[in-house]
Amino acid sequence: MRANTIALAGNPNTGKSTLFNTLTGLKQHTGNWPGKTVIHAEGSFEYNGEQYVLVDLPGTYSLFSNSTDEEVARDYIIFDQPDATIVVLDATSLERNLNLALQVLEMTNNVIICINLIDEAEKKGIRIDEKKLSRELGIPVVKISARNKKGIDQLLATLSDLVNGKIMTTPYRMTYSQEIEDAITKIESKLKVYFQDTYPSRWLALRLLDGDEELILKLQHHNNNRQLEVKTHDVPISVKS
Amino acid sequence: MTSQSALNHNSLQSILAEVKDVSNEDIRDEIVSNIYDKSKSLCKKVISEKQSELYRSDKLDDIFTSRIWGFPIMLVMLGTIFYITIAGANVPSEMIASLFGYLETQLTSLFEALHAPEWLHGILVLGLFRGTGWVISVMLPPMAIFFPIFALLENYGYLPRVAFNMDRLFKRAGGHGKQSLTMAMGFGCNAAAILSTRIIESPRERMLAILTNNFVPCNGRWPTLILLASLFMVTGFTGATGTLLTAAILMGFVMLGIVVTLTVSWTLSKTALKGVPTHYTLELPPFRRPKFWNTIIRASIDKAWNVLKRAVIVAAPASILTWVFANIYIGTTSILMHFVNFLEPFGHALGMDGFIMAAFILGLPANEIVIPILIMAYLSQGAMLEIEDLSRLKQVFIDQGWTWLTALNMMLFSLLHFPCGTTLVNIYKETKSAKWTFMSFLIPTVIAIGVTWLIATVVRAFGLV
Repeated sequence: MRANTIALAGNPNTGKSTLFNTLTGLKQHTGNWPGKTVIHAEGSFEYNGEQYVLVDLPGTYSLFSNSTDEEVARDYIIFDQPDATIVVLDATSLERNLNLALQVLEMTNNVIICINLIDEAEKKGIRIDEKKLSRELGIPVVKISARNKKGIDQLLATLSDLVNGKIMTTPYRMTYSQEIEDAITKIESKLKVYFQDTYPSRWLALRLLDGDEELILKLQHHNNNRQLEVKTHDVPISVKS
Repeated sequence: MTSQSALNHNSLQSILAEVKDVSNEDIRDEIVSNIYDKSKSLCKKVISEKQSELYRSDKLDDIFTSRIWGFPIMLVMLGTIFYITIAGANVPSEMIASLFGYLETQLTSLFEALHAPEWLHGILVLGLFRGTGWVISVMLPPMAIFFPIFALLENYGYLPRVAFNMDRLFKRAGGHGKQSLTMAMGFGCNAAAILSTRIIESPRERMLAILTNNFVPCNGRWPTLILLASLFMVTGFTGATGTLLTAAILMGFVMLGIVVTLTVSWTLSKTALKGVPTHYTLELPPFRRPKFWNTIIRASIDKAWNVLKRAVIVAAPASILTWVFANIYIGTTSILMHFVNFLEPFGHALGMDGFIMAAFILGLPANEIVIPILIMAYLSQGAMLEIEDLSRLKQVFIDQGWTWLTALNMMLFSLLHFPCGTTLVNIYKETKSAKWTFMSFLIPTVIAIGVTWLIATVVRAFGLV
């Protein structure tokens, strides 16, 4: 049986690595991302008889590929297309952390928001209505405290439901000014002809409008390899870039 | 890697062409601000908190980082710091100076009583003691006032707001908002500021910050600027008005430094350091009240200690060396005077003189010793006079043919010239490039020479001096 691949995204210092360690225990191995001096940590765990591979993405504030860290995190979500992405947010500075979550939601449907450090926030008198946030964003939201192992079970149950299709998400997509939206629509329709639905075309259009031309070369390269592999094996397989 | 040639599909190329057609440069700003607005509105909906602290921070940020008030507030803050520094440093400076003057007389009588040889008295008292005494009395008080205030602003959380405000300017110039933080460090010490450029992640912007850091006057150059401004620029004004004017002049010099920084950054990012400015997140931590006295005491002791250490390590040997150069004769002229005479035409062309040029060159190890070397060189020439009173110094300068042009150009040269030896060593360590280290020497030097030459030429052409 195929293991579910789960990406772990989040700002630096949100307890992302604590959660990673809590979930995977000693079953992890670290190295570098191919060709990059960025630490790549991967671990595995079992839940309800299913295998999960958890990939700890570099901690970043955004995914605009300003730095190697951001590029690595972005490329993983776009090219490796994990079965689910957990975005870890710091409950004590939710506003800043949500910026990253909104960007991830533009890229993929299968997202869980995991609000960490919840006990610290409560100590400071911050109360977060996770149900409301979940409704607003159209994806599951779980409150945890990775350090005190609170809420981990609920996170795992939600994760399992998501990868098994028991939860359908309707992710909130950012909307922009009419001018940008018109441009997106124009570019997006062309991209769809070329890439079909292999990549999130709306997001891709936005990135191109933002001037990221390198991305389209990367995509084309990735797409060609993918088609090649599909042809050789004649069955869809998981694709590594 | 995929090369451009791989992009031969017409469809993809037409997409790219279309993208160029409909895109505009400000799209990233719009995307980011939309995302921020959404985050904010989401938080308003889902968070309930006793958010007194955060709320207060937001209110303050509306003022401190506002497009209208941000810059005026920054200028007023900077001006106030200068005013307090100059006004507060005057009295202790004079006191320390007269203390050293008194000690010098005592030491001299001691040497006479012991029938010590003239040269020993020269090296130790007139060279070493006077030189270090000068550095301490002129530099210690302003630094002990300036840095605690600066540290307070930092601990209150104001400096990140400065970076935020300045970011708009730096982005235009192809730089990074954090460059303004490394510049703020430069007020303390350029050598330390070079290390602080590590906070800038992208190599291109970091190089810009390294190459331009020198245009912020450091610890070692403040006293030169303050002294010359108060001696030559605000003549006819005394008391509070004089201090206010001196502060305003210093502000002007800091502004000039910033303008030069931005211009050089812009020019470099259009030429040698081409590239697209990267995007980044500037965090604005909440304003908080620091431990007031703790901050003040720590900062003043730190700075006082640093100044004393540098006075002993760098100024003392240089003082001795200068005295020796000034007192060893080849023919009828001292080594120092040979050097000075050699530099004289060059110095004159820049509106200064050979002594000043020699002082800047001998002062390469540390900017602190430029003025002491200059005074020592002037005094070794003729009438020996003790500097008990800072205002008597002006007479020494005027006797040497100084005008306001000399003072102005020396200040400009001090602001713009090559970084000190320690800074150059740090630049080499950080960039690992002899070429860029040399550039960081060359760029400021060329600018300093160009600006002072231009001013001297124009002023003389109009017969203003």
